[in-house]
Amino acid sequence: MGKLYELRLYVAGRTSKSVVALENLKRICEEHLQGKYSIEVIDLLEKPQLAEGDQILAIPTLVKKVPEPVRKIIGDLSNVEKVLVGLDIRPRMTD
Amino acid sequence: MAKTKKQPEASAIGAISKTLTGISGLDEITLGGLPTGRPTLICGEAGSGKTLFSIEFIVKGALDYNEPGVFMAFEEKADELKTNVASLGFDLDKLEKEKKIRLDYVHIDRSEIEETGEYDLEGLFIRLGYAIDSIGAKRVVLDTIENLFSGLKNEGILRAEIRRLFQFLKSKGVTAVITGERGEKSLTRQGLEEYVSDCVILLDHRIINQISTRRLRIVKYRGSVHGTNEYPFLIDDEGISVLPVTSLELNKKVSSDSISSGVPALDKMLGNAGFFRGSSILASGTAGTGKTSIAASFANATCLRNEKCLFFAFEESPKQIIRNMRSIGMDLQKHVDKGKLEFYASRPTLFGLEMHLVAIHKAIRKFKPDVVILDPITNLITIGSVSEVKTMLVRLIDFLQTEQITVMFTALTLNNIVNEQTDEGVSSLVDAWLLIRDIENNGERNRGLYIMKSRGMKHSNQIREFIITDKGLDLVDVFLTEDGVLTGSAREARLLLEQTGEIIHEQAISRKDRELIRKRKVLESKIDSLRSEYESAEEELNKVYVEEALKKQIMGDTLSKMTDLRRANVSAQEKSISKKGKK
Repeated sequence: MGKLYELRLYVAGRTSKSVVALENLKRICEEHLQGKYSIEVIDLLEKPQLAEGDQILAIPTLVKKVPEPVRKIIGDLSNVEKVLVGLDIRPRMTD
Repeated sequence: MAKTKKQPEASAIGAISKTLTGISGLDEITLGGLPTGRPTLICGEAGSGKTLFSIEFIVKGALDYNEPGVFMAFEEKADELKTNVASLGFDLDKLEKEKKIRLDYVHIDRSEIEETGEYDLEGLFIRLGYAIDSIGAKRVVLDTIENLFSGLKNEGILRAEIRRLFQFLKSKGVTAVITGERGEKSLTRQGLEEYVSDCVILLDHRIINQISTRRLRIVKYRGSVHGTNEYPFLIDDEGISVLPVTSLELNKKVSSDSISSGVPALDKMLGNAGFFRGSSILASGTAGTGKTSIAASFANATCLRNEKCLFFAFEESPKQIIRNMRSIGMDLQKHVDKGKLEFYASRPTLFGLEMHLVAIHKAIRKFKPDVVILDPITNLITIGSVSEVKTMLVRLIDFLQTEQITVMFTALTLNNIVNEQTDEGVSSLVDAWLLIRDIENNGERNRGLYIMKSRGMKHSNQIREFIITDKGLDLVDVFLTEDGVLTGSAREARLLLEQTGEIIHEQAISRKDRELIRKRKVLESKIDSLRSEYESAEEELNKVYVEEALKKQIMGDTLSKMTDLRRANVSAQEKSISKKGKK
């Protein structure tokens, strides 16, 4: 379990959705990835040029750059199970 | 055409302002382009040319109208797009460096994405807004935004966000083009037409008789008059050209200048002048009657006048035509080398009629010829019905007359009814009609040419024999006899016969002359002998007379001597002597 999770959360201003998303993310990470993660919050209103690089469309979007493969989780991260699947912590369901 | 107008015309009060697309023909149909500052939907099936349409809109905007543009691709990767449009001569890299266009490729991979909870597409808005602001874009293309639906699951959010996106585009004041894939029942699969209410253009790609034709139709254009027909368009190495179906107003300029047909004898038949400039001429005939030769001769004459001629060959390759015409003393190659003559050869089956028309239009606009030749139009019937070909020709003739270009069609007539119809169908459109017919007689085939009609000029009503020699074309008078019209060797034979007859006749005359001379000679000699006979008779007569006189005198003398002797009277003697002297 020595893998380090590099996470980026893209938001656009302090909207309620992004606040909820960040809170959810922090909680999930503390629970499942304690000490093995870093979170970078990018506000696209401040740095719009970064949207193209990570192919951001939806807000909020969580991007897991490391470990590979790259994954994106969009939405307010309210569904813990889906977030865990998205972060490849839980195996993906085949349905 | 549109390029000459750099700025959209100032719109009348209440009328919407328009942005010229720069796409050849489209601006004519839309009467000025797409609605400025509003989104336009271009929909069509896969492969109907939506992407090309939209990229041309962006590139032309950047190049011709100084309007930078953002192209946001949801479908093709930026690299692929660049490669695809490079074949049209658009260098996207260069334009991108000059900050005239900006390409943004939006990649959505469902397998990478997990959705959980509420979200919106603010990221897309920010990206688009940033792209627009970074180059001051006036034009935006979203190609094809529907791909979002395959990448994201929550349709409710998507629909709401797309609606918001169009509002966003309007608020940005950009003229936007959104492309959408055609759905089975609606114009687009996701019903994008609901959101775009200003202008919707439908592209269509139909296969009729295994030949594809691309068409364009403006489904709606709020607040503007527009052409409502389906317009054929062509995609070739220079992008898209749409053919506006020109309105058939019969108010074109006409010229009374005439130009030579290239065959002096034919010019003579045409009121000693030739064809009118800007008129249309049909040369029809059965196979092998020399239609192409007449056409080539006309082309040759045009180039010799230092004018330009465009030769559309639907049957033979340019090399074949040049070779064949060299055999009758025409050097077309030198005109080609000088750039006076250009061949445009294509198989009729290469594409549909409409496409041919678009291609012909384009070639004409590019080359700007004085004379256009289509050889033969009947080959086009293989790809369309008679009425379709007629419609196409009406449009072509219409266009050519507006441009004051003289056109000559050749048409093959077969001895069946269908093609005679073609002849008639087309003939009502043309100004002059030359008909070449086979005259089969005396075990050989000869060509007879006559002028069926020639509007607005006095023309010969006679059939001439049309002769193709190695020095060129010529028309000779045919022989009219009690047996009918004589052509070819029958004509020659007749000519010979008449010449023979003349010699025999001359012979006969000279024989008669000689006989007459002989007779005269005989008569003259007879006259001579008679005269000498007469002379001898006269001499005889004279002799008797002299003798008589002599006798009388002697007798007188004797008598007077006797008297003298008797009377010895001197005076009486003198008297009788003077009497003798008087005699």
